[in-house]
Amino acid sequence: MKPAFKWTALALVICLPLSAQAHRAWMQPSATVLSGDDSWITVDAAVSNDLFYFEHVPLLLEGIGTPLQAPAASGQAPMRRPPSQLQIIAPDGSSIAAENGNIGHYRTTFDVQLKQKGTYKLAVANSGLLATWKDKDQPRRWMGKASELANNVPANAADLKVTQSDSRMETFVTSGNPTRTVLKPTNQGLELVPITHPNDLFAGETAEFSLLIDGKPAKNLEVNITPGGNRYRSETGEIERKTDEQGKFSVTWPVAGMYWLQAETTSTQGVAKPANERRASYSATLEVLAP
Amino acid sequence: MRKHLLFSLALLLAGPAFAANLDISVEIPRLDVAEYHRPYIAIWLEKSDQSHAADLAVWYDVKMADKKGEKWLKDLRQWWRKSGRNLELPVDGVSGATQAAGAHKLHYSSDKAPLKDLAPGNYFVVVEAAREVGERELLRVPFTWPVQQPAQQQAQGKQELGTVSIQLKP
Repeated sequence: MKPAFKWTALALVICLPLSAQAHRAWMQPSATVLSGDDSWITVDAAVSNDLFYFEHVPLLLEGIGTPLQAPAASGQAPMRRPPSQLQIIAPDGSSIAAENGNIGHYRTTFDVQLKQKGTYKLAVANSGLLATWKDKDQPRRWMGKASELANNVPANAADLKVTQSDSRMETFVTSGNPTRTVLKPTNQGLELVPITHPNDLFAGETAEFSLLIDGKPAKNLEVNITPGGNRYRSETGEIERKTDEQGKFSVTWPVAGMYWLQAETTSTQGVAKPANERRASYSATLEVLAP
Repeated sequence: MRKHLLFSLALLLAGPAFAANLDISVEIPRLDVAEYHRPYIAIWLEKSDQSHAADLAVWYDVKMADKKGEKWLKDLRQWWRKSGRNLELPVDGVSGATQAAGAHKLHYSSDKAPLKDLAPGNYFVVVEAAREVGERELLRVPFTWPVQQPAQQQAQGKQELGTVSIQLKP
């Protein structure tokens, strides 16, 4: 892959819905269940094909590490967007900062000190518009906020398509007893509302979840659950589920390990202008423990 | 020696006639390994549906500064899920230091907690062991409460636990 194209791909993958075929963006905590008073986790954040391996690009997060310099592009400048914002929500609902951030060639790493007992949520949520159009037969793209659309995209652009995009990536970590404060949805975009606590998942047991789109049940939506570690097996081991009329789905975990859960929805119904299409995606890294 | 035995007998006889006893023996095997650390061990009572009933003992590195020994309690993963994560440690009468290889005896009487308030039913004594750079093992030994007649049950461990036996006396 040419460097310029690689950086474009990185910018795209962070913003766009994460389709099952494309590169996946993910965070993986060093532990999800912790005991004791002085608990820390370290987290890897990367974009890759295989789960959970570092083989493509690091996941750029605002304020974490110093990004490697993007290579100077020849011709048209690659489309760049600012790094995503990482939010770490403590059990009491407050936001806390990551520490010791670093960006390497393949992955970003950061630490989180778990000073409180209970469940923490790590989330990377992006919301914005994606515009595509043609300028003298050349494809053009722009990403940003709705308020900046007019200044960046010609109103009379040919083949103009504007997509409202919401993406959210999460993982959960618990020190001591699991709590549920951080599990409350924001009611923006596609979100997972765990019925079974996400740090109380065990092989052989059935876990129940629901998905919301803008706070309402995301009905009849496909959910893909992929176990990590595919380097050491031939099958992807992917589990496919569909949400019911209440937006609920359940999964019986076949084996212990790290799993990547992903869902996305595209709609042209009820889309707020200036967008004419709506996309929303959600992904989470979940750890299933041995009983 | 004989005097001591007689004294013990007298003590037993002096106890309330309805006091039933549960005696547990947990054997920590001697392991021939390059790096040995005493195992973390949790011993608790479960109902027949394997839900938690009462903690009997948890042996971990209680002496480390700043309660650092609690960091590995989650490796006793069944106990951690069923009880440990709900507790404010240390717990009086439950928390204890790690033990050396050998058979360790625990004694419980029906006139004291936790047996005093134990509802009639079928139970397990559960013993879970996890050792640093070692393995993890869990054994369940069934019993019925209250005790109708003297009974003995045992389970045999393979790696981190030796014999776990219980003796019940009405």
